[in-house]
Amino acid sequence: MATSPKLDAKIPEGPLQEKWTKFRSTVPLVNPANKRNLEIIVVGSGLAGSSAAASLAELGYKVKVFCFQDSARRAHSIAAQGGINAAKNYQNDGDSVYRLFYDTIKGGDYRAREANVYRLAEVSANIIDQCVAQGVPFAREYGGYLSNRSFGGTQVQRTFYAAGQTGQQLLLGAYSALMRQVALGQVKMYTRHEMLNIVMIDGKCRGIIARNLITGELERHFGHAVILASGGYGNVFYLSTNAMGSNATAIWKAHKKGAFFGNPCFTQIHPTCIPVSGEHQSKLTLMSESLRNDGRIWVPKKLEDAKAIREGRLNPNDIKEEDRDYYLERRYPAFGNLVPRDVASRAAKERCDAGFGVNATGEAVFLDFAYNLKYKYGMMEANKRGIKNPTEQQLKELGRPIVEEKYGNLFDMYKQITGVDPYENPMMIYPAVHYTMGGLWVDYHLMTTVPGLYALGEANFSDHGANRLGASALMQGLADGYFIIPYTIGAYLSNEIKTKPISTNHEAFVQAENEVKDQINKLMNVKGKHSVDHFHKKLGKIMWNKCGMARNAKGLQEAIEEIRSLREEFWKDVKVPGSDKEFNPELEKAGRVADFLELGELMCIDALHRNESCGGHFREEYQTEDGEALRDDANFSYVAAWEFKELGKWELHKEELKFENIKVAQRSYK
Amino acid sequence: MKITLKVWRQKNSQDAGHFETYQLDDVSPDMSFLEMFDVLNEKLITEGKDPVAFDHDCREGICGMCSMYINGRPHGPLRGVTTCQLHMRSFKDGDTIVVEPWRASAFPVIKDLSVDRSAFDRIIQAGGYISVNTGSAQDANTILIPKENADKAFAAATCIGCGACVAACKNASAMLFVSAKVSHLALLPQGQIERKERVLNMIKQMDEEGFGNCTNTGACEAECPKGISLENIARLNREYICASLTSEK
Repeated sequence: MATSPKLDAKIPEGPLQEKWTKFRSTVPLVNPANKRNLEIIVVGSGLAGSSAAASLAELGYKVKVFCFQDSARRAHSIAAQGGINAAKNYQNDGDSVYRLFYDTIKGGDYRAREANVYRLAEVSANIIDQCVAQGVPFAREYGGYLSNRSFGGTQVQRTFYAAGQTGQQLLLGAYSALMRQVALGQVKMYTRHEMLNIVMIDGKCRGIIARNLITGELERHFGHAVILASGGYGNVFYLSTNAMGSNATAIWKAHKKGAFFGNPCFTQIHPTCIPVSGEHQSKLTLMSESLRNDGRIWVPKKLEDAKAIREGRLNPNDIKEEDRDYYLERRYPAFGNLVPRDVASRAAKERCDAGFGVNATGEAVFLDFAYNLKYKYGMMEANKRGIKNPTEQQLKELGRPIVEEKYGNLFDMYKQITGVDPYENPMMIYPAVHYTMGGLWVDYHLMTTVPGLYALGEANFSDHGANRLGASALMQGLADGYFIIPYTIGAYLSNEIKTKPISTNHEAFVQAENEVKDQINKLMNVKGKHSVDHFHKKLGKIMWNKCGMARNAKGLQEAIEEIRSLREEFWKDVKVPGSDKEFNPELEKAGRVADFLELGELMCIDALHRNESCGGHFREEYQTEDGEALRDDANFSYVAAWEFKELGKWELHKEELKFENIKVAQRSYK
Repeated sequence: MKITLKVWRQKNSQDAGHFETYQLDDVSPDMSFLEMFDVLNEKLITEGKDPVAFDHDCREGICGMCSMYINGRPHGPLRGVTTCQLHMRSFKDGDTIVVEPWRASAFPVIKDLSVDRSAFDRIIQAGGYISVNTGSAQDANTILIPKENADKAFAAATCIGCGACVAACKNASAMLFVSAKVSHLALLPQGQIERKERVLNMIKQMDEEGFGNCTNTGACEAECPKGISLENIARLNREYICASLTSEK
């Protein structure tokens, strides 16, 4: 297989360990005086966007940041719970840059680019240093040193955390760095603004069209380069752990203007989310993977017990130890409850499909803390206090404060949402859409196939292959923003120092704005019968049932047809109230759902073309005898990068993945 | 459940605003408060009426975007909970619920229940950071922090910037918000160098934004969805007095 000539990944020559160092030492620089004349637009203010904007502004570039929320601090990175990985080896447990690299490639089921992932592992340690210097209050041990915990798919403790609010603390760190640059006049913030188009001049990206969400006015903004850090597209499923406003519009508009879309079907379904409770459900809530450090996942061994629990006749606490099936520990003894997310999700689905689900809908399994609360933490405390032969009740009382300190906010959230106390009863959880590994295809510089247009964080197709490991999203977002783009963007901008700012009266700006106006007018004038949510929910059901945890050719073909007709229906029958010249959240949603209705089709096309199972992409036709994902390295060891031709028509380009530093093997967590 | 809603409607910042009454007949106790508003809006759209504008995003209690003043209390009747995490099982069949936006002159209404909280961003811009550029940091474990201090700093840093403290305060004071950031950084060794300037500048900005003064009523602490402690305001006052008396600038 040969890589398409349209996909030059620009990976530096030389041994893997030296690529980044060499690149940094030889990449062209822009002198400080010239930086002041170069303008950069950043779309999105999450970990990748805020860290990139602050770091670029510190270097002297003029930066504009756009976000649809009312403050940069609200971006959905804020909701990340468990932690951030870094190869610090503070625990002396054998961690190294190579091991983090290896775990990430293996966790991604050998569908990520070696050079990028190695660089990610290399800069991971700098991220922790940077964040601590900013005042991010990571968890600490009594000696004052940083504390670590384990996450799925690894056998070392390399995850740094701040209770169950790591994303919040990291984002507030990046946000504070950003606010400092705003105060210094290096960054101009545009909150409650949504990017609706990119502007192309002479084959380069030169700006964006944004809508002021309060007044409804369209604005034109010039930039020598544009960075999209607008997050993932999990909301195509309607129900996901994403924020309500998380959307694909920025990357989708860029895609339609020439940026190739990489691996769109690679979606991460997170195993531990609070199950759906009813038709009114607007979003799903994650229960952090860190809980799998201490929680054990199980369902009853006997079908009749599962049925009795579903009908409320049996309390799960009354099921004897020998009647419980700790199915992850049974199937994957080496990693147990800490297998990667895709594996844990499929295993939960398998048990529920077999009739062992434990809530009214039959789609839930238990995540149980009783064992570790009593016998790990309770016993530890009892030993500390010299209590001999403690009773079960004593152990429970002794262990509870420790569990509270570790996971208190998560337990509270669970209780608030479900009305059930997880200190007394096992949690009920089920997989839900969480993250999208796919995104805009980028080269080693993080530039898309459109010159001058970059994609960072979850918005790019990135480093996670077909499955992301826990605590790696925060790492990648901050790596891209703090330590990669500030170097790589110089390679492009050093050739732009003679480019004077282009007037926004340029015909390309006028045309890009007119395209946006046309779409808004079209949406306002359908004046149909059904709300935007009506269509979004329908799309979500198609995607979840046919392009979700398990996929097959027949279902995907049906889904493509169904999405096409739903799209047609949307443009005939959607109802957007109010006017476009005011604060109109329904109009915002309508634009986003219109884009999801196109993206959903591409996801299914990609899933259909990839005749193998890998990571989160599980094609039922391709599995081993014991139900594990069966890759086809001979035919599919490539990144699928899709070029937009016209609506409903894409051309596939392939970037071959070469593994020179890792032996490709069947992933095993047994 | 049958619920009667009295909701503040205000077309834009210039409009005087008024209450509208809506009836919902089929509310599930498992719905979140915002999901009930989704249902209301779906109904209004179908009837050809203007849906209620309200801020929300993550719906898991951490982004700080949601901001409803429910029956006279920011984020409603429960302690330690944001509007999005409030569920209808906390209400009774037949209840009438009054819903208003945050009310403070520093938080002007944009539309209906949405307000402009950019004043908070400007307070952070005045000094809510440590001045470190990317790339300058030393190894993380060379800065040792006693666990107790790290935990206290973390507790203060969990503020989500929702503004409930301002909405709860009879003086519309932002002291709890400001004190949370000042405490977070003052408790850490990294925050010492800019300690005095930070508190002076942030307080100055807070006053310029038109927030009121603190009269130690404690409503902010009682209504804070993240349980930010009043202790932080005491620390803020100490920091401020100390800085005012000793700052060399």
